[in-house]
Amino acid sequence: MEKNFTSGFIANLPVAASVAAYGSVLGVLAAQKMLLWTELLFMNLSVFAGSAQFVMVDMWNPPLPVLEITMAVLVINLRYLLIGASLRPIFLEKSLWHKFTMMHLVADENWAVTMAAHRKGKATTYYLFGGGVCVLSAWCGGTLLGHRLGAAISNPEAYALDFAFIAVFTALAFSLWQGKKNIIPWLAAAVFAISAEHLLSGKWYVLIGGVGGAMIAALSAGQENEQIANNE
Amino acid sequence: MQIMNNNTTVILVIICSALVTYALRIGGLLLAERLPSSGRFKVFMDALPGTLLLSLIAPGIAASGFWGGFAAFCTAGCTYKTGNVFMSMLVGVGIVAISRHFF
Repeated sequence: MEKNFTSGFIANLPVAASVAAYGSVLGVLAAQKMLLWTELLFMNLSVFAGSAQFVMVDMWNPPLPVLEITMAVLVINLRYLLIGASLRPIFLEKSLWHKFTMMHLVADENWAVTMAAHRKGKATTYYLFGGGVCVLSAWCGGTLLGHRLGAAISNPEAYALDFAFIAVFTALAFSLWQGKKNIIPWLAAAVFAISAEHLLSGKWYVLIGGVGGAMIAALSAGQENEQIANNE
Repeated sequence: MQIMNNNTTVILVIICSALVTYALRIGGLLLAERLPSSGRFKVFMDALPGTLLLSLIAPGIAASGFWGGFAAFCTAGCTYKTGNVFMSMLVGVGIVAISRHFF
């Protein structure tokens, strides 16, 4: 049991390095938005989801829009439904209590490492959890270090820190690029988002573009499936 | 001086965000048998993270002028080639910082 925890922790060290690196960017931006380090730490421990936390910090303007932020976090984290569902074989015959305690520290990174190990028959819930602790430590270390740096920078525009949000999300988005089949849904998402941003106030353009683009993907995939079925 | 956020609201927004995130994590595991693992729903859920992140930045890129667009393009290209998110981000920020310095 403990051995699995340790091997999960060690297997996640390479991804933890990149988690700490982009966590430091979040820390810098959070400091610019006047978040206290204690608030950032509380967010790290309770929400523990990288892209969602970037969105939260981006929307962190007083007075805080509680509903808009919660909705944005809900939609950006919808993928955790599938991530959770995909972990079912690893949690077979585990108690409900075990599931409730182990699922909190599931992030994209340790999930991916665990699924890779699962294909080799090495994954257990403690392997997953060990990876979660590793990623969480790196995330807290990186963000808090960034927060110290960010508080010391008085002219963020000179370092283009205001552009860091766009840069980090561009990189995160294109790390999910799956090939040509993304072209039309992504173009649609961009068009929906830009038009919605012109027409509506607030951050609703994120939902409209994201959901609209994904629906285009679902509709066009359905047609292909039907074509394959007709050919057979 | 910048207006500070009310402390209760800060705690509230973090707790709400944490609750929905945890609900999705545990909900996915508990409802695993009932979620379709193929078909349009699956394609929709698979496509969602990418389209969502892109929607987040598309208006910002459109409004950031030539150098912003060029930097975003280089960031995307760098991610596609190397898969390194952090380095790609530095490329984008670096291009914008340099352009502000010289132009």
